[in-house]
Amino acid sequence: MIAEIGHFTLILALGVSLVQTILPIWGAQRGDLSLMQVGSAAAQAQFMLLLVTFAALTVAYVTSDFSVENVLQNSHSAKPMLYKISGVWGNHEGSMVLWVLTLALFGSAVALFGRNLPPDLKANVLGVQGSISAAFLAFIIFTSNPFNRIHPAPFEGSGLNPILQDPALSFHPPFLYAGYVGFSIAFSFAVAALISGRIDPAWARWVRPWTLAAWMFLTLGISMGSWWAYYELGWGGWWFWDPVENASFMPWLAGTALLHSAIVMEKRDALKVWTILLAILTFSLSLMGTFLVRSGVLTSVHAFAVDPARGVFILAIMIFFTGGALALFAGRAQVLRQGGLFAPISREGALILNNLLITTGCAAVFVGTLYPLALESVTGEKISVGPPFFNATFVPLMIPLLVAVPYGPLLAWKRGDILGATQRLWIAIALTALAIIATYAMSGSGPWLAPLALGLGVWVIMGAVSEIGFRVKAFRAPWDEVLRRLRNLPRSAYGTATAHIGVGVMVIGIVGTSAWQSEKIIAMSPGDTSEIAGYSLTFSGVVPQKGPNYNEQIGTFVVTEDGAELTRLHPSKRMYVAPPQATTEAGIHAAWSGDLYAVLGDELKDGAYTVRMYFNPLVRLIWIGTVIMFLGGLISLTDRRLRVGAPKRSRAATAPQPVPAE
Amino acid sequence: MTRKQRRSVLIATCVAVLGIAVGLVLFALEDSIVFFYSPSDIAEKSVAPDQRIRIGGLVEEGSVRRGEGTQVQFAVTDTAKTLPVVYTGVLPDLFREGQGVVAEGKLGSDGVFTADNVLAKHDENYMPPEVADALRRQGVWQGEGPPPQTN
Repeated sequence: MIAEIGHFTLILALGVSLVQTILPIWGAQRGDLSLMQVGSAAAQAQFMLLLVTFAALTVAYVTSDFSVENVLQNSHSAKPMLYKISGVWGNHEGSMVLWVLTLALFGSAVALFGRNLPPDLKANVLGVQGSISAAFLAFIIFTSNPFNRIHPAPFEGSGLNPILQDPALSFHPPFLYAGYVGFSIAFSFAVAALISGRIDPAWARWVRPWTLAAWMFLTLGISMGSWWAYYELGWGGWWFWDPVENASFMPWLAGTALLHSAIVMEKRDALKVWTILLAILTFSLSLMGTFLVRSGVLTSVHAFAVDPARGVFILAIMIFFTGGALALFAGRAQVLRQGGLFAPISREGALILNNLLITTGCAAVFVGTLYPLALESVTGEKISVGPPFFNATFVPLMIPLLVAVPYGPLLAWKRGDILGATQRLWIAIALTALAIIATYAMSGSGPWLAPLALGLGVWVIMGAVSEIGFRVKAFRAPWDEVLRRLRNLPRSAYGTATAHIGVGVMVIGIVGTSAWQSEKIIAMSPGDTSEIAGYSLTFSGVVPQKGPNYNEQIGTFVVTEDGAELTRLHPSKRMYVAPPQATTEAGIHAAWSGDLYAVLGDELKDGAYTVRMYFNPLVRLIWIGTVIMFLGGLISLTDRRLRVGAPKRSRAATAPQPVPAE
Repeated sequence: MTRKQRRSVLIATCVAVLGIAVGLVLFALEDSIVFFYSPSDIAEKSVAPDQRIRIGGLVEEGSVRRGEGTQVQFAVTDTAKTLPVVYTGVLPDLFREGQGVVAEGKLGSDGVFTADNVLAKHDENYMPPEVADALRRQGVWQGEGPPPQTN
């Protein structure tokens, strides 16, 4: 019964989304306010209906209702509760329901917070949102219905893929989707603006908070996926340049570029055509990501069994929205007038350089990800493009970007002074040089470029700190004035600096673990001792143990450093009951200096095991860096100028006026 | 600077960055792509001994043998031809006889493939597309879904 309610509300939501598509846009064309207002009500209604759908599916999972085919295939009564719930989106059908629910959530948020938007813009935005919803709802109902019943109902389900039974991966899809789908708002705003032909700095101000929120979620989502791959797959790596990873990374890159170009558009009324194009491309890349992951056209280590017919449907959706938006763009782009003149060396120039390098990097990732597919369809030859390609193309493009990051916020709009900025950065330059020299002295071995690359991370961090220091006149004014300036600095300035610091921290982590990782694969019998990166690991055997829905073999390694016991590592091999599948759990000892990481391999003769161990220096900083980036976004989002919806003056006359940023 | 000069600086920068990127991409594509072969392809075509390639097929029943230390030997088959493989390291969790596998490495002059990477999959039912195609060409399996499980 509950499943039928869910199915029913799903179909109703499709009807509502069609209303939301047609009436508001028609109303905006005719200038009919009451038709335009249908959009808000429809967006709210659609969200409520999909919430019921999602709740119905969740109830089916939680109560293990195996008469529902989807639950039967992906759940098991012995599964822990967390994974019964995360099982809802741990499969194709359920994850698409989560996708449209997130889409509807963003749509209803626009309806709710967008009270100050011009009514015709709002109507067009909601209309475009409605059409995206309609396409995906039709996709779910016609190709991937999660509410199909089975009669008679079996007693037990086949269970969730064990490697998905993990806390980080439970929350990875919701965050990733919030990011992907959040970019749909920027897309809808872009298309709405193209429909009306009116694009001004206010447009950028409305779009930025949504883009920023989507970007924050995507940052965390990708980071969680990477963390999961690191400790669950047992390969000791954190990023594999795998097509599925690239599929989420490309929208992130385009979204990052969009965030920066929208600043130029908001402040200087320039880069309009480019920003609109980026907004379209960012969401198109999100759609492509969904297509690549859901269609299974690419060989990927992260691929799951999929149905090719569904891929064609998503491909059609992608072609319709991307093609339609680009056609509209081609027709309207020439009416967009460029404003705001500026010299090449200026804040605008720096942001253009940022956009140029990031989008070029994104294009390189795009080529590497799709080239095998293109080549195969043309010549039939099968190839794979692996990490060496991306390291040789993407990484060199990011180096000038990182060098330029500290300069950006220190250059003035219109005409910047690069010598002056360098003078303001002298402390950062000195500290970076010091860090590079210190790294050379301490590391001893490793690639000779590595300390320089590490210095890039330090440079970005120090640059961000220097910029705040310069703006509050640290060491140049009395302390009370510095404090007053610190208080009055807009939150967005802190947000920018924090996000840039996050980038720097992440770069240090990436360089540290890439350049100085130690790896060792050996056969070990109980009692054997092996050394890695100054630690000795003694294998004291394997004991069987029973988990809630698996049996495992837990190994114990006693780790000693300079003769004293430091910790014990417990890597294990699990054999799940349903489905009967083995997983590897790494034993990890985390510290600031790096992670000691051990994995049990296959059992050999006489109780010996293949053991793979790693020392990954500074690897934690990668994920800590992404969390700092997220926090930077959050701080920016609380800036009143960026508040969701059209920013308006506070009605309280006593509210302190913020100091203008420039 | 005049408006025209500013624009040319901008365009020159864009062209320079794009040029560098195109150069990097072409250079990297030349150098780092890896071709995929089935055991039958290897029997028909000549593959240079030092070229990195990927091979794929099913792990032949009864072919997995443990050597010294962490070394493993097995054979990959597309049912028409079979290719012996040597690998040193940890096999993925879902590596099993009769199941699909993709391995990356180099073909020795003795006809033995030395793998440095055996690719895992995340899902019991997943078959790498290349392997599925290789099997389909041999007429082992016509279906759209995963091939029949042999164990």
